Amino acid sequence: MTKVVERKPLSALERTYLPSVVSGLQVTWKHFKKTLLEGKPVTMEYPEERWVVPDGYRGAPYLVKDQDNNTKCVSCQLCEFVCPPKAIKITPPGPDGQKADRTNAEKMPEDFEINMLRCIFCGFCQEVCPEEAIFLQRDYSLTGGSREEMVYHKDKLLQLGGVHAGAQKWKHKLEEAKEQEEFPVAKI
Amino acid sequence: MSNATATPTATAPVETIRIKVDSRDVDVPKMLPNWQGRLEPTTMLQAVQIAGGEVPHYCYHPKLPVAGNCRMCLIEFGTPMMGPDRKPVLNPDGTPKIARSVLPYEPSTPRGAIACATPISAGMELYPSSPATRQMREAVLESLLINHPLDCTICDQAGECKLQEYSVEHGQSASRFVEAKVHKPKAVNLGPRIVLDDERCILCTRCIRFSKDIAGDDALGIVNRGSYNTIAAWKEGAFDNNYTLNTVDLCPVGALTSRDFRFKMRVWFLKETKSVCTSCATGCNITIGSREGVVHRYEPRENDAVNGPWMCDTGRLNYRWIGSEARLREVWVGNKASTWDEANREVRIRLSKAAPGSVAIIASARQTTEELYLLKKLATRLGAITDSIAREGDPDTLLVSADRNPNANGARLTGIAFTEMGIQIPKIASGIASGAIKTLIVFGEDVTQHGIGVDLLGRLETLIVSDILPSQTTQAAHVLLPGCAHAEKRGTFVNAKGRLQKFMKAVEAPGDARPEWEFLHDWVHAVSGRNGFSSIEGLFNQMAREIPAFEGIEWGRVGDLGVTAKI
Repeated sequence: MTKVVERKPLSALERTYLPSVVSGLQVTWKHFKKTLLEGKPVTMEYPEERWVVPDGYRGAPYLVKDQDNNTKCVSCQLCEFVCPPKAIKITPPGPDGQKADRTNAEKMPEDFEINMLRCIFCGFCQEVCPEEAIFLQRDYSLTGGSREEMVYHKDKLLQLGGVHAGAQKWKHKLEEAKEQEEFPVAKI
Repeated sequence: MSNATATPTATAPVETIRIKVDSRDVDVPKMLPNWQGRLEPTTMLQAVQIAGGEVPHYCYHPKLPVAGNCRMCLIEFGTPMMGPDRKPVLNPDGTPKIARSVLPYEPSTPRGAIACATPISAGMELYPSSPATRQMREAVLESLLINHPLDCTICDQAGECKLQEYSVEHGQSASRFVEAKVHKPKAVNLGPRIVLDDERCILCTRCIRFSKDIAGDDALGIVNRGSYNTIAAWKEGAFDNNYTLNTVDLCPVGALTSRDFRFKMRVWFLKETKSVCTSCATGCNITIGSREGVVHRYEPRENDAVNGPWMCDTGRLNYRWIGSEARLREVWVGNKASTWDEANREVRIRLSKAAPGSVAIIASARQTTEELYLLKKLATRLGAITDSIAREGDPDTLLVSADRNPNANGARLTGIAFTEMGIQIPKIASGIASGAIKTLIVFGEDVTQHGIGVDLLGRLETLIVSDILPSQTTQAAHVLLPGCAHAEKRGTFVNAKGRLQKFMKAVEAPGDARPEWEFLHDWVHAVSGRNGFSSIEGLFNQMAREIPAFEGIEWGRVGDLGVTAKI
């Protein structure tokens, strides 16, 4: 259904434009007063001063470590699978790759790449991750001098991601196994 | 294979039994071939499959002896009720009254039967989707998961795991098990190619039955009791026969995993291409798993006329050369890198100058039938002497053939080689030595290893070589053309028994490498002046019309499982 917006013809006073000029000047004066006299500016000195994003903001996805400083990612590649713009590329360790930080987790990625130019910050990787190893964090301003520089690798992602203390299921399993009276066959 | 030939003959009338599956009448054969191909009474599981349904199962496998230990295939059933006079009891409407199977001491509780091992009888009613059946499945699955570590994130089986699949259909979202789980050995070295995770094992014993009854190597067993049951080899690392990796395919969960494929790629990323193994003349049907141009694994593809559902470890692991760094990627003319146009022109000029009888062609029985056919056409035109290189090894009783060429029969049928392959090689060598042979065309073989040394190659006026990996022969070539692995092109092989099988392209060839049949087609066109077909389908159909053994065969009718050629 179309709605016809009625446009009233301007009155004689309005056609002088003076009321609009005055109300505009009022806004200018309000901010002038706030900034200069009350010291409450509405803008920021951007690069030096940064906006603190609210909780739940979807910034750049980074990898996190657990409270024992171990890589949490086990290279299950679900984020790579779910990533809509295909920004994530994981190199699995393979049979002879580096051992995982946590012995009984058995596996961690050899490399983990996120192309920040492709990333659309949708948060699917965080949602799908069964290990709570990747989180969209607060960084919103990513810059780089080249396309290669905008592909973040495992070390950089881990360094930027920091620590996320959570349930340590692998550690729990190991402790549970150790508590068990010795298994009848130690190791065949 | 023994069970390949023992299918019931179509001429004998099949005796059928009428039963009801989910209250629908179905006629099923009274007897069906068992894992060895011998006729045995039809089981409930087979009957439900014939009716178009599916019974979830772990331990049952159509090509293994029935064990009936996982209990997943429990279904509710009923049999016609019998009166004291041994006559069927009838309902008021005249239909036979059915007695549902119940616990004898608790008649309100249905008593299921394992569908994999219970034969059907006339008038039986099966209820594979009744509420009681569903409840039995859910209970069995819950009990199988009691000690399962739920580590799908690091498990190579994830994505092709029956435990995952049935958990979606019959599982629960949360575990009710609050006690500590039993922990068993992890990453056990079961054999040189097998890693075992005992915690994930559901003790279906498929691996034990396979290695004992199919591979004939009784290396595996169960040790300990109760919830400490553990699969083990008789000695650490002793599970080392040539068929161990089949247990990885058989394992319905992630307990047995391949050391070669361990942590290499998640299976849901793999593109599956139907192909044929090239390691011997058996020609096992395989599925190539590749991602982004990299071949990650071979898996057997079931074909009862050739390999059943199995393949040998040697063949399965023989894929790394496809992605080798050493692969030939550039066309060489003389001593410098060149282009296909220039190389084809050079070949055309050199071949047009060659006198009849001065040309020899050594093809490879690893090439496709179409390529060998084109080479034979070229040889006929040039009056060339042709042969191929024989490759022998020790056969075994299950699959491995003594002939290690995948297409020796293709070479024979196209006329490239005689029945005794390689008989012409000494003649070619002496021809080069005497100067009678001035032009040699070699495809896919290092002839310096087979009686034509580097000194002899040096005497040739023209040496045209096409290969996949560098060798002394490719180094001596005047024109060197990079070819394709079978995974990089389409074509057909004829196996030792005369089964013509086609294979599909899985990955792109590296660099400038081209399928051999493409440039061979150009050459044949150039020397014969006639245009043939520029597609593999057309080329195959042309070949099938000209070679008597392939009479009546067309590319479109070869199918995924191949056809038998008249050899």
